[in-house]
Amino acid sequence: MGAVTNLSSMSSEANRGEQLTGRLLRSFEPKFRVSHLNFYYGAVQALHDISLAIPQNQITALIGPSGCGKSTFLRTLNRMSETIRHTRVEGEILLDNEDIFSMDLVTLRRRVGMVFQKPNPFPKTIFDNVAYGLRVNGGHRGAALADAVEASLRRAALWDEVKDQLGKSALALSGGQQQRLCIARALAVNPEVLLLDEPCSALDPIATAKIEDLMFTLKENCTILIVTHSMQQAARVSTHTGFFLLGKLIEFNETDILFKKPLRKETEDYITGRFG
Amino acid sequence: MSTFTGTVTQAARPEGFGRARVFLKRLRSGDEVAHLITLIFALFIFLITCMLVYELYIHSAIPRRRFGWHFLISRAWDPVFEHFGALPFIYGTLVTSAIALLIAVPLGVGGAIFLAEFAPAQISDGLTFVVELLAAVPSVIYGLLGIFIVIPLLRDSVDPFLQKHLGFLPLFQGPIYGVGFLAAGLVLAIMIVPFILSISREVLLAVPTEQREAALAVGATRWESTWQVVVPYARAGILGSVFLALARALGETMAVTMVIGNTPQISASLFAPGYSIAAVIANEFTEATGAAYLQSLIALGLALFILTIILNGVARLLILATTGRGTAH
Repeated sequence: MGAVTNLSSMSSEANRGEQLTGRLLRSFEPKFRVSHLNFYYGAVQALHDISLAIPQNQITALIGPSGCGKSTFLRTLNRMSETIRHTRVEGEILLDNEDIFSMDLVTLRRRVGMVFQKPNPFPKTIFDNVAYGLRVNGGHRGAALADAVEASLRRAALWDEVKDQLGKSALALSGGQQQRLCIARALAVNPEVLLLDEPCSALDPIATAKIEDLMFTLKENCTILIVTHSMQQAARVSTHTGFFLLGKLIEFNETDILFKKPLRKETEDYITGRFG
Repeated sequence: MSTFTGTVTQAARPEGFGRARVFLKRLRSGDEVAHLITLIFALFIFLITCMLVYELYIHSAIPRRRFGWHFLISRAWDPVFEHFGALPFIYGTLVTSAIALLIAVPLGVGGAIFLAEFAPAQISDGLTFVVELLAAVPSVIYGLLGIFIVIPLLRDSVDPFLQKHLGFLPLFQGPIYGVGFLAAGLVLAIMIVPFILSISREVLLAVPTEQREAALAVGATRWESTWQVVVPYARAGILGSVFLALARALGETMAVTMVIGNTPQISASLFAPGYSIAAVIANEFTEATGAAYLQSLIALGLALFILTIILNGVARLLILATTGRGTAH
């Protein structure tokens, strides 16, 4: 798994790409290893031969224009893509060297949490929203459950705002609070990885800043992947960045390098605004 | 409406037009005409309801005067001596509808969950087409189904089986005729399942995908996500479908009268023949000779109308109560 970036679509440049990433990308402990991943919606191929490794306990951003496959890629990592009918996936994804496609789905999704683009709290109380994952997975009852809910809300930096209204409907919260509630709900089951699918696209700048701050603190215990439309956000929060275009991973590198000295013309065009 | 006309008025004022001008202008644009026509249509509904209540009330004067509230609790039904009471019919209507709901709700909601959440798209669409076809079958056909299939089946197999194993309950004691409360309830159940199923399916399909994904993403199984998140989210709509089906069951006439046995009696046994309000009105209206007889039937109609209103009111309250706590609506 030396090749972190896959450029097989341009075979003449493939070796150069590997050399360059090998040189510039410092080695890391991978959480996910993805190799030769293809993904199809019916007859349409949405991902083309994606290979990369996701560094553990870092924040990895996936950027690219709309429809480039970055969300699709994210959703294959917890196999949420399988909820859509007529989809097909090829290739290998290893989570801590374990093949996710032979893993129990419930176990996988417990280990790999997800937060969605639109805040999607259940129409239940704030408490029940956070407790949902714990109840589904069993184990926590009574005081232990209450403690776990409080811990998750604290980790999501929401506790102080909601501690007096845990019995209130989650839908009464503001958009930014709802999104942090969704993060708390995801954190409650102690996931090793947190997948964030454009978590701030429906939020105002203040709420966005809160979530970005939150990501830095979460990174200590969690590997974070974030899909974002905002290159500024990717540059602000991530340690590593992958650039997707038309279903292909064009470039993957440390964020500083990718934004300052992109290796590929397409990347440079995109981040300088000459594309999309 | 109000904001739109407001802006039009404001736009017109600076030029100094009078109110009539503005009205004419709006009339020309069709706005006012559309408003008026749709208002008339809407008023028709209201008018028809009022006329219905008025007619039922006016033409049930004799029994109301002669029997008073006693009409509702009397078991008598004697056209010769003109003693009339509604209780056996109210009982028959309520019991058959209750049996129908008891059977149809699990079937309908369960089927809807399968079609909306688990079935492949082609199967779901195909089955839904069939279900909606069933909803359009005339009730007399269901009556025939009852006479030729349900009744023999009950008489020869189901009723004896129930009597043998659950005979200690008063519900399943007494002679078996085939026709009776159970037969009517069963035929009604068959008739209302399509309503519950097709509406509940639509409601379940309308639950946002994000809700399912949110549950799956924390490690819920498909069933947990469906039962704990999707179904509660759709609860109000599912309850709505159940009450629509109940309204249909309460008022069903033809199919019920073909299988209920048409005997005005109250019996604890579900095997016993009975009568329902709608059935007795349909059966005896043409032969009701005396004014008291005829008006007693109309009073029964009024009772059914009020019963339906009460149950619908309870349904509204139930939906409000269950959705008030932390729901999107």
